[in-house]
Amino acid sequence: MGEQELPGVLILEIGGECGVLESHVAFLRKHFSLITMKEFLQNKEKWSEKTESIFVFERRPVIDRELLESLPNLKVIGNSGVGVNHLDLKLISSFGVKVTNTPHAVSDSTADIGMALMLASARRLVEGYHIAVSPDTKDFAVDWLGVEVTRATLGIIGMGSIGYKVAKRAKAFDMKILYHNRSQRKEKEEQAVGAVYCKKIEDLLQQSDFVMLVVNLTPETHKLIGKRELEFMKPTATLINICRGAVVDQDALVEALQNGVIRAAALDVTYPEPLPRDHPLLKLKNVTLTPHIGTATVKALRMMTEEAVDNILAVLQDLPVPSEVIPK
Amino acid sequence: MKEYIKNKKDLSHKIKAIYMWWHKPAVDSEFLQSLPNLKVITSSGVGVDHLDLKLISSFGVKVANTPHAVSNPTADMGMALLLASARRIVEGCEIAVSSDTKYFEADWLGEEVTGATLGIIGMGSIGYKVAQRAKAFDMKILYHNRNQRKQEEEQAVGAIYCKKMDDLLQQSDFVMLIVSLTPETHKLIGKRELELMKPTATLINICRGPVVDQDALVHALQNGVIKAAAVDVTYPEPLPRDHPLLKLKNIIITPHIGSATSKSRWVMMENMVENILSGVNGLPLPNEVHP
Repeated sequence: MGEQELPGVLILEIGGECGVLESHVAFLRKHFSLITMKEFLQNKEKWSEKTESIFVFERRPVIDRELLESLPNLKVIGNSGVGVNHLDLKLISSFGVKVTNTPHAVSDSTADIGMALMLASARRLVEGYHIAVSPDTKDFAVDWLGVEVTRATLGIIGMGSIGYKVAKRAKAFDMKILYHNRSQRKEKEEQAVGAVYCKKIEDLLQQSDFVMLVVNLTPETHKLIGKRELEFMKPTATLINICRGAVVDQDALVEALQNGVIRAAALDVTYPEPLPRDHPLLKLKNVTLTPHIGTATVKALRMMTEEAVDNILAVLQDLPVPSEVIPK
Repeated sequence: MKEYIKNKKDLSHKIKAIYMWWHKPAVDSEFLQSLPNLKVITSSGVGVDHLDLKLISSFGVKVANTPHAVSNPTADMGMALLLASARRIVEGCEIAVSSDTKYFEADWLGEEVTGATLGIIGMGSIGYKVAQRAKAFDMKILYHNRNQRKQEEEQAVGAIYCKKMDDLLQQSDFVMLIVSLTPETHKLIGKRELELMKPTATLINICRGPVVDQDALVHALQNGVIKAAAVDVTYPEPLPRDHPLLKLKNIIITPHIGSATSKSRWVMMENMVENILSGVNGLPLPNEVHP
């Protein structure tokens, strides 16, 4: 079977800043004829009819009306990752193109990062590291303390697959688990992780020692956590964000952290990413920032590519699509 | 101590207990001789490697520690270090705030914790709590201990006993040290043990620095014999500022903060008071340590 017979998939590029990983290329080439944006732009006539799918990795290539109009045979956009807030779902749907994401591949590694950030923040791990290696350190202070994670109260906002996996992990630390979600989970599911439903987000905010955000970014969740919500939180509480920066009102967060409205924050995601180098969040002592590494493991990225490929192939072969994202 | 030294004559007979917080006040033969009515020394934390237990016992003085106060926060710290090392949290923070950072690279990756193999060396209270936590990450758990645990205990955390420590070292992605420091466990992990570990493995130490041969560890980290280490304890603490471990990129060091939470310090204090009261009143100590 020559490469010409494989369906065409458009990608941004291989390697580089945000291109598809070189180590994934061989796998992709088993199923697809790979077309980079550079090749496409150089020879639109040749490639536009062959392009039946787009593999979006690290939010590229950017999908706009112009691109959609130039791909008459496009059937599916397979996104690597679960968040699709960077895609205009209505626009894409209007061209009769399906969108798929990779919820299964991301859930374990993202839940792990949530736990990693909660523990690192509570125990002041990064600060501690700097003390341990600083040339100025003469002794380790005995009264230098963090906060306890075991038996503390964790409030999970967004109890989808990732939120539920966080609950499972937190339960092993004997944490009391509260959760807020669009809909309540089944009783069996709640009992398995000892999670208590808070219909009102304020109840969760008021009782939690750690608040973890694990929601999709949609118009409804944009700035879900603002000044009011931060003020509901305990002054000893920590906010952890592992979903999307825009779920938090960043200016309100800066103010809350500067004024002790909450104790600390640990953020894997911000708006934008990276933040401008003079942003106040970079200077605050009570913030732990990581560069959106929720799925940054060899295993997770590999699984994301595989899941995206499965979804793309299902659409092209007219089979049931495991993870189609339907616009509301 | 200041008051005691000023007024030894009056105070020495009154002292029935020593509340030893972070190894202070230190006790030696001379000090013990000067306290005829001393009944009990309570030491904060669980480790007693800083005490000459035989010497103290020869004066008829009992020793107590605070094992329960430390076990949860220390187990939490073990998991914190495991996750921080695997997911490169310290490095990630530096990138996130560095003035040189223009974009976040796609090809910057860590190691998956879920489903990986954790080998626990020392399955006492702390080790067992680590196993409970690791199980929730779907980790495969191997353990090595002086004695095998009961079957129900093993099953509850899905832990598999490795009678030979070598078997654990060869199969683990993460090796966590949670033993007491004794003459038997001194330099338990040396060149040979590090070479048995996978080159992709991480060593985590949350017990005592001397359990590891530090020079061998430096060599192993420099030469890719193991991938990385994360240690809350070293020998000495702090390390000299020119020590090679401080310069290596593939090690996370924290300043012995395994039990550094306000809650645990409070519980320690309560335990110590309880042991002192028991000791002074001639009752059995809840947490006596025998030589």
